Amino acid sequence: MAEDTNSKEYWRWTESNWRDPDIDWKAGEIISVGIDVGSVSSQAVILVDGKLYAYSNMRTGSDSPKSAENAMDWALEGTGMTQDDIHYVVGTGYGRVNVPFAKRAITEIACHARGANFMYGPTIKTVLDMGGQDCKAIRVDQKGKVVAFLMNDKCAAGTGRGMEVFANLLGIHITEVGEMSLRVEEEPPMVSSTCVVFAKSEASGLLREGWPKEKVLAAYCLAMAHRVVDLLERLGVEEDFAITGGIGKNVGVVSRIEKELGIKALKPTLDTQIAGALGGALFARALEQKGRKSK
Amino acid sequence: MKANYGYKDGSGEFFITLDTDRCTACGDCVEACPYGVLEVVDDPVDPLSDVQVAVVTEAERKKIKYTCGPCKPVVDRPPLPCMTACPEDVIAHSW
Repeated sequence: MAEDTNSKEYWRWTESNWRDPDIDWKAGEIISVGIDVGSVSSQAVILVDGKLYAYSNMRTGSDSPKSAENAMDWALEGTGMTQDDIHYVVGTGYGRVNVPFAKRAITEIACHARGANFMYGPTIKTVLDMGGQDCKAIRVDQKGKVVAFLMNDKCAAGTGRGMEVFANLLGIHITEVGEMSLRVEEEPPMVSSTCVVFAKSEASGLLREGWPKEKVLAAYCLAMAHRVVDLLERLGVEEDFAITGGIGKNVGVVSRIEKELGIKALKPTLDTQIAGALGGALFARALEQKGRKSK
Repeated sequence: MKANYGYKDGSGEFFITLDTDRCTACGDCVEACPYGVLEVVDDPVDPLSDVQVAVVTEAERKKIKYTCGPCKPVVDRPPLPCMTACPEDVIAHSW
């Protein structure tokens, strides 16, 4: 009997939380938090005096305030810390204005730039944020300040959500699609549109023609890479270059972007999905410091 | 800071670029735009400064294809109101 693909959730990526057991938060002067409520995933990052202490990364539900709270609660889990111990919370991402306990909402462009500067160091100059439902190319200076950015009006075309749809269509787990797309002897022609609806129907047609799943995935990853390279080239890419957001973990897309650009992306040192929340937490710290000084 | 807001339509991919370093936040462009695409706010990508700049509003960012489209220069259409209004040449279009 054919496998029932509907009962399996191939798109479901692994939610995670993490904590540094060596940090005693009670000894910290400023505890700052960034919460990134994205269209697909939500993260909470806790910094103690600017050091990464804990984070959570989970799926965004239909309710933004609830998603923010869930992410916060999961990051706090096992720390003994409560929301009252936190000095400043910044909300970012799609649902940033709906983070109930945030003192300030900051755009994800500023937060990803700042977060990438923390993750990759001051040499980072170009950041590509490939999120759940859109992507943005950002140029930053050595302090993580935005010098230029480029965004477009696109929807889920060529982003995380699109990749989830493809994982489901092909019945391959989301964490394996990137790797699998590289198992082709030569690159197929790319699918003609990254629009998820068009690409999905095109892919169904290719499967019917007898294309193996690897080849279909390769065609999709290639189209996705090509589309963002267009964006990057318009903005101008300067090394060091890094990719944040969920697609930063997809080797099938990342390697194809690298190939087309002729530039390697820096290897991530942290979960690429937390870059926005991390940047938010760094701004939260700076804003708390600013507030204390002016008192 | 150069903010590029892009969109794609049947004739290609286009960008509206605001060079915020030149912006004096005078608001002339906000007044001039017939579709309310622009606003002057605290610089959204530099949250630690108090500088104000012109930006494409959050609500319009994903639909400038429809709101900026009507001003796209074609035969006999006057120059863009936002560009004409800006005394500092902040606004540029890739058309």
